[in-house]
Amino acid sequence: MRDVAIVSVAQTHHRRRVDELNEVELIQPVIHEALEGAGVTIRDIGFVCSGSSDYLAGQAFSFVMTLDAVGAWPPIQESHVEMDGAWALYEAWLKIQAGHADSALVYSYSKASPGDLPRVLSRQLDPYYYGPLWPDSVALAGLQAREMIDAGLIDEKEMAQIAHRNRTNAESNPFAQVKGSAPVDELLAQPFLSDPLRRHDAPPISDGGVAVVLAADDVARRWAERPAWIRGIDHRTDSHQFGSRDLTTSPSLALAAEKAGATGSFDVAELHAPFTHQERIATEALGLGADVDVNPSGGPLAANPMMAAGLLRLGEVANRIMAGTAGRGVATATSGHCLQQNLVAVLEGEK
Amino acid sequence: MATEDRTITPFPTGLWSQPQPSVPPLGADEPVQRIRVPASLRYRYNPGTATTRFLRGLQDKKIEGEACPSTGDVYVPPRGMSPTVGLPTTEQVEVGPNGTVSAFCVVHIGFGVNAPPTPFVSALILPDGGAVSLYGTILEIPIEQVRIGMRVEPVWVADDQLSTSFQNITHWRPIDEPDVAPELLKGHM
Repeated sequence: MRDVAIVSVAQTHHRRRVDELNEVELIQPVIHEALEGAGVTIRDIGFVCSGSSDYLAGQAFSFVMTLDAVGAWPPIQESHVEMDGAWALYEAWLKIQAGHADSALVYSYSKASPGDLPRVLSRQLDPYYYGPLWPDSVALAGLQAREMIDAGLIDEKEMAQIAHRNRTNAESNPFAQVKGSAPVDELLAQPFLSDPLRRHDAPPISDGGVAVVLAADDVARRWAERPAWIRGIDHRTDSHQFGSRDLTTSPSLALAAEKAGATGSFDVAELHAPFTHQERIATEALGLGADVDVNPSGGPLAANPMMAAGLLRLGEVANRIMAGTAGRGVATATSGHCLQQNLVAVLEGEK
Repeated sequence: MATEDRTITPFPTGLWSQPQPSVPPLGADEPVQRIRVPASLRYRYNPGTATTRFLRGLQDKKIEGEACPSTGDVYVPPRGMSPTVGLPTTEQVEVGPNGTVSAFCVVHIGFGVNAPPTPFVSALILPDGGAVSLYGTILEIPIEQVRIGMRVEPVWVADDQLSTSFQNITHWRPIDEPDVAPELLKGHM
């Protein structure tokens, strides 16, 4: 196995609605900031991989237009996943492991604002049984929260505490969209959004993106003072049929964590668990103790650009390792409804 | 329609073979052959900064591209980036309105509500001063006379019909100018 590291990270200031820019205008400054952070240009990069979704853009092959931001002439080696950018990073990591590249640019983005996001996300369901019923993403997360409450695994107060902690953390994140929180008792006095979920239990709807530069071995050491080495990475999935799952757990997340070697102690964890109760499922699946700093960035409850929020978690952990404020961290990314599919990465600085 | 001139080559045996289904027989039940699942999503689309400038220009019968800060190539319609270098285009450059046919095809099977009667000519038109071609239909000339290098001009909708839409140009038609040599269109096809 080659040593591969995140050496540079850049992101947008995430906002509810970025009306004035199209996707390529949105992501271009971020791509170039990430390259500049590594002190390189696209000519130095061996492989480019992006993550985005046509269902969010409302446009077929939308990623091809966003490639205009990269500078793809003369031709570059390029790929795309219709998934969160964390899976684009996984593809790039494989490409580097296979020896086909020594470095990679990975980026992902979305504007959720042109469409009705919870309804758009219902199209992830199968087209025969659940799809025709149009259950939206918030209603499905509500079912999951209800199962957890009924099983005595969490209560509404603890969910509000999770919201409060994340959004208070976000106050120190200049890129966050939702910063600060009303006190927990005030949160609990609010009406339901999708019983038992209140507004604070749901992530914001965001327009935004993120870009990351990966490099292997000595290239990584040249491009960053303190690279954030990827010590393990794995992704797994649970059934697409949420009716056949135990929604109170995430076996795929636990298995991905095991395969990625996510055991032992961590200084920081950035969890892509968009709804409050899902953070509890994620900390359980990873076996994180109370000593771990969970979502110091505010996590997806502070900014949740679809297709980017997972890669952002890896970026936030990497930023802390590159800055020397953390030694070892774990990041997760999720896709589908109710934490269906999950990726886990373990990142570490030089000892 | 003549079908005898459209021979279909059979695929090699086995290429599209399917495994035998392992589903148990349905007995007396009629198999469900299809279900209808209507789905629609509505989007409020924003074209972005550069394309907004382009669409505003069309309202004034101007075709405005944007120049690459590195090569000077003018892209139209602009998306805000120079695709070769990945840098924002900031300088607006009016192109055309006349242009040159850089490629065309004769359409025999029409589609879309606004398609002209078939056969008609679909073409790529390189506007004067632009680095890339625009899509349009060519009318007001017998189809067998359309050729690469032919000079054309846009035909606009009536002034009171102008909007921020590419549909402002109903079609393109020939103008009385010498053809452009195909070599000069190299790189712009």
